[in-house]
Amino acid sequence: MSVGLEHFLVLSALLFGVGLFMALAKRNIVGILMGIELMFNAVNLSLVAFARFLEAAERLSGQVFVVFSITVAAAEAAVALALAVAIYRRRESVDVDRINLLRW
Amino acid sequence: MENVNLIGPQLLLMAVGGLLLICDAFAGLLGARRWMAWYVVGTPGLALLGGLGSLLWAVAHAATDTRGSAFFDTYVLDDFSLFFAVLFAGVVIAVVLFSVDYLRGNRHQAEYYALVLASAAGLMFLAGARDLIAIFVALELTSICQFILAGFLKDDRSSEAGIKYLLLGAVAAALTLYGMALLFGLSGSTSLEGIARAAAEADDQRLGFVLASVLLAAGLGFKMAIVPFQMWVPDVYQGAPTPVTGYLSVGSKAAGFAVAARVFVEGLGQGAIAPDWATMFAVLSVLSMTLGNVVALVQNDIKRLLGYSSIAQAGYFLIGLAAVAAGEPQVELGLGGLLFFAASYAFTNLGAFACVIAISQRIRSDSIADYTGMARRSPLLALALTLCLVSLTGIPPTAGFVAKLYIFNAAVQADLVWLAIAGVINSVISAYYYLRIVLNMYVGEPVSPEPVRPTPLLAVATAAAVAGLLVLGVFPFPVIDAAEAAARAFS
Repeated sequence: MSVGLEHFLVLSALLFGVGLFMALAKRNIVGILMGIELMFNAVNLSLVAFARFLEAAERLSGQVFVVFSITVAAAEAAVALALAVAIYRRRESVDVDRINLLRW
Repeated sequence: MENVNLIGPQLLLMAVGGLLLICDAFAGLLGARRWMAWYVVGTPGLALLGGLGSLLWAVAHAATDTRGSAFFDTYVLDDFSLFFAVLFAGVVIAVVLFSVDYLRGNRHQAEYYALVLASAAGLMFLAGARDLIAIFVALELTSICQFILAGFLKDDRSSEAGIKYLLLGAVAAALTLYGMALLFGLSGSTSLEGIARAAAEADDQRLGFVLASVLLAAGLGFKMAIVPFQMWVPDVYQGAPTPVTGYLSVGSKAAGFAVAARVFVEGLGQGAIAPDWATMFAVLSVLSMTLGNVVALVQNDIKRLLGYSSIAQAGYFLIGLAAVAAGEPQVELGLGGLLFFAASYAFTNLGAFACVIAISQRIRSDSIADYTGMARRSPLLALALTLCLVSLTGIPPTAGFVAKLYIFNAAVQADLVWLAIAGVINSVISAYYYLRIVLNMYVGEPVSPEPVRPTPLLAVATAAAVAGLLVLGVFPFPVIDAAEAAARAFS
């Protein structure tokens, strides 16, 4: 049995689910960020798989999309870590349960 | 060069933002006194000039009928994106005016204004992007700048707002990206044109397109602040610097609706799936209106209250989007209603935030209880805030009334009578908490007799916003014509 588009899509969906679960269940900001990165990379996997296997697809668009999404994810992670450091300096913690000044 | 002219308003904003950063790096060499002058006058002045220049450039495009698509059809300058370019340039000018006094003494003003300008450029790109890659990059350009702006003050509340906004925003971005990947897989193309072609003949792939629509709506719904992606709104609105809150409530929401309209109407508007997403938006609209209005009833912080009110207002926006799918004439009515609502909401909410900034600067509190008797401490500010709240409620002769009339009419024309009725009921609920503040300001003893005076810049911004919402309320036809012309860009 050869590896086809379906396999990549299933793997990508599973990874996305794991990432989403991590982002929602983790209490540590860095852990949440790892989950988010996993979500982005899962999508990247399905994008390149579509670009590789679909006959009708504009192959280059899919691959260029992945390059952009990697770049954007890196920028987002940089800002997130900067904010995490700013929070840690004031509260000595990056636990989201303890970041709770704002609530109704 | 033709391409560059088409994206001129955005480019100017980005260039001025870069110039601010460069000048700031060398301002330390000037000596203490000139350095102060740079901070007090130079940075906000330059940012304001950038906003004004961008507005003029966009207006010049409108006046000279410059239209066209640029960069291999990834960005298009049509009536629709031009409408939003003018709107966002106006928003930038207002945000700069709000920020000058708020930021006095902050050493990082140049970075602040550079971020405001860059994110506004992203908003403008978002309204005209016609390719999934361009849409995604523009979306993240605005989002990442706004994450930093929300956490800009670096105190406990502001950094908490920033990190909450960022974490939820990144999850939303990942969901959007997944939706876009599915659209690419289904259509084999990242351009909205290619997607529209595939969607029109995709009866056997309907489930896939519905799944992609849901994922996209989740990510864009975060920007629009609609239920169930509204969790961040009250926290971020309360914690972020107030000028940034005003910016988020108007700029990022309007851009969310602009890009949603473009993706769903232009990309997925033909074929069998249009009724599916229209139904989804109709349901989300009722949920947003109801949740926003009901929770706003019990708030006692004015910024949180405006946050929940903005969730409710997003529900009214969505009525326009839901009405679009019903058929050809409805595109013009529904989308035109959405655009006019965006313009009226921009004036109204920016005016409300200008008043809140002016008042909280003086009394150092965002608590609604401290607004008691404000009419005696500052009659003009109380009057301005009253007019804004009346417009948010939707009572004549203000812009909010015309906007709601227009958008409810679009719903009725599209056979969504139940949605219009839900909107009217919600307007009645919202009157309670909006008018409670008005009552509070005019009846009751002030907490302290000390008068409250806005600074000149805030007074100008407030006066302009209130004048705008009154003009739109009494003589809305030029803007309605512009909105309908913009809506026709898709057909």
